Amino acid sequence: MNHESKYTPKYKNNNRIIEAKKNTKQTSLVGGDFSDRLRAYRDLHAHALFSSLGRLIASRLNAALTIIVLAISISLACGFYLLIQNVQQLTSDLESSNQISLFLRDDVSLASANRLANGIKLDPSVQAVKVITKEQALKEFEDFSGFGEAVRALEKNPLPIVLQVIPKNSLEDGQNIETLVENFKQAAEVDFAQLDMQWVKRLQLIIEVGQRSVALMGILLSFAVLFITGNTIRLELHNRRDEIVIAKLVGATNSFVQRPFLYSGFWIGFFSGISAWFIVTIMMLILKQPIEKLALLYNSGFHLLFLGFLESIGLIIVSSLLGIVGSWVVVRLQLQQLKV
Amino acid sequence: MLKFDAVSMRYPEVGDVLRNVSFHLEKGEIAFLTGHSGAGKSTLFKLIAMMESTKRGKITFSDYNLGNVKPNQIPFIRRKMGLIFQDYKLLNDRTVFDNVALPLIIMGYSYNEISRRVRAALDKVGLLGKEKKYPLTLSGGEQQRVGIARAVVNKPLMILADEPTGNLDPELSAEIMYLFEQFKQIGVTVLIASHDISLISQLNHRLLTLEHGNLITGGENYESRI
Repeated sequence: MNHESKYTPKYKNNNRIIEAKKNTKQTSLVGGDFSDRLRAYRDLHAHALFSSLGRLIASRLNAALTIIVLAISISLACGFYLLIQNVQQLTSDLESSNQISLFLRDDVSLASANRLANGIKLDPSVQAVKVITKEQALKEFEDFSGFGEAVRALEKNPLPIVLQVIPKNSLEDGQNIETLVENFKQAAEVDFAQLDMQWVKRLQLIIEVGQRSVALMGILLSFAVLFITGNTIRLELHNRRDEIVIAKLVGATNSFVQRPFLYSGFWIGFFSGISAWFIVTIMMLILKQPIEKLALLYNSGFHLLFLGFLESIGLIIVSSLLGIVGSWVVVRLQLQQLKV
Repeated sequence: MLKFDAVSMRYPEVGDVLRNVSFHLEKGEIAFLTGHSGAGKSTLFKLIAMMESTKRGKITFSDYNLGNVKPNQIPFIRRKMGLIFQDYKLLNDRTVFDNVALPLIIMGYSYNEISRRVRAALDKVGLLGKEKKYPLTLSGGEQQRVGIARAVVNKPLMILADEPTGNLDPELSAEIMYLFEQFKQIGVTVLIASHDISLISQLNHRLLTLEHGNLITGGENYESRI
């Protein structure tokens, strides 16, 4: 073997170096300068990134099944999120006012309505009173309800005179306003009194419940994503057990062993996020036409909200992160159990 | 380099597998470890490779007390040992080059350095030109030599070989023993577990014999401890 001369002296030399540095730091054993090592580290990551992608593609069916399940879970959460966003958009132009509407009896004249209004203005807890005549009410109704045509067909204006009472801001407390409303109800001219705040509040509460439910569902589905990714990675770990044992026996650290699995988790999460985005967008596109037709019928300027740019990016980042975390947890647990 | 000091090992299911084993291998020493199956050879190997640990007795490798290394230290100590296995333990879906390169990849060498060293190691075991082959297309002897190349590619302080000639004909066995002699020349400690009596008797090296967990030849102070 005439190549010996080439190999042996360096070997000797390096041995001396190794023995000289007796601390067990990885760096003391690695040859080459810093930039070399940095490049090697980068290559290691690049290799893990692409080899894990390659393995994912090689296991077509398994990977596809996992990704589809994950994509459906994620798109469910996103779908509900969008639903709430859209409902919220519908109600955003409704001010949360404390306005009290007093609907007067049909036989009350404008003059006595004005007189009543002046009387109410004297109440110290009232900030302002506005009289809406039958004609103004009709005009407003025609403009905003979408039933203008129908109303115009009526012979007689069916709308009563309305007094809009705005209480003082100090009366934010529900109890005080309730008593005020009760007082107004006593007046002979008043047919019925309505606190506008109530239904706005109710709607807002309903939306809040919806938002909470979406958040809860999001958390639940995140766990589903975590566990499904974890399980897929567990199977992959099982299939590559020998490889892991060999790598550990020749000196691989746990981080070296787990790196490709973290990348697998990343790819699974990443592709699930993208698939979920497509599922949600396609569903919204299917719903877009009928919803906007419906909105048109109500003379509403409602436009269906899709996932925005930042939301889409966020979706993909979150799903990728969930994939990484899911695989990290599983790989850590499995490596602890592996006795090598 | 490697020192066993009154090491005992007991598996709860089996009982004592090693009893009071003491020996000391110097730097650049070759020793054979022999004994019938079940005598404790593989347990001894697992203790050195830190696949097992025991609280009874003290094992020192280089400067490390293997009995109380932290789990995160183990990989770095293993990088100073070259392990050779009877069943080769090669990655069959990787090429010969990738198999031999594995320890260097793990240690973070640059590609150029890896390429150079892998070729040198393959050259050493006479497999240069087979880098692109897959292990299963090679003969048993060739696979064993791939395993040896992998064990020496990162220039370990000690080589630990478990039946390295178990599947080889005498001629190949002799060649591999010659390789080990060369490593000894450059100061590498070599411990070879072997059944191959004819091979062992041909070569005049230290012989450690295990019998029912007791080291009956080649150890230290055997008589005084019995």
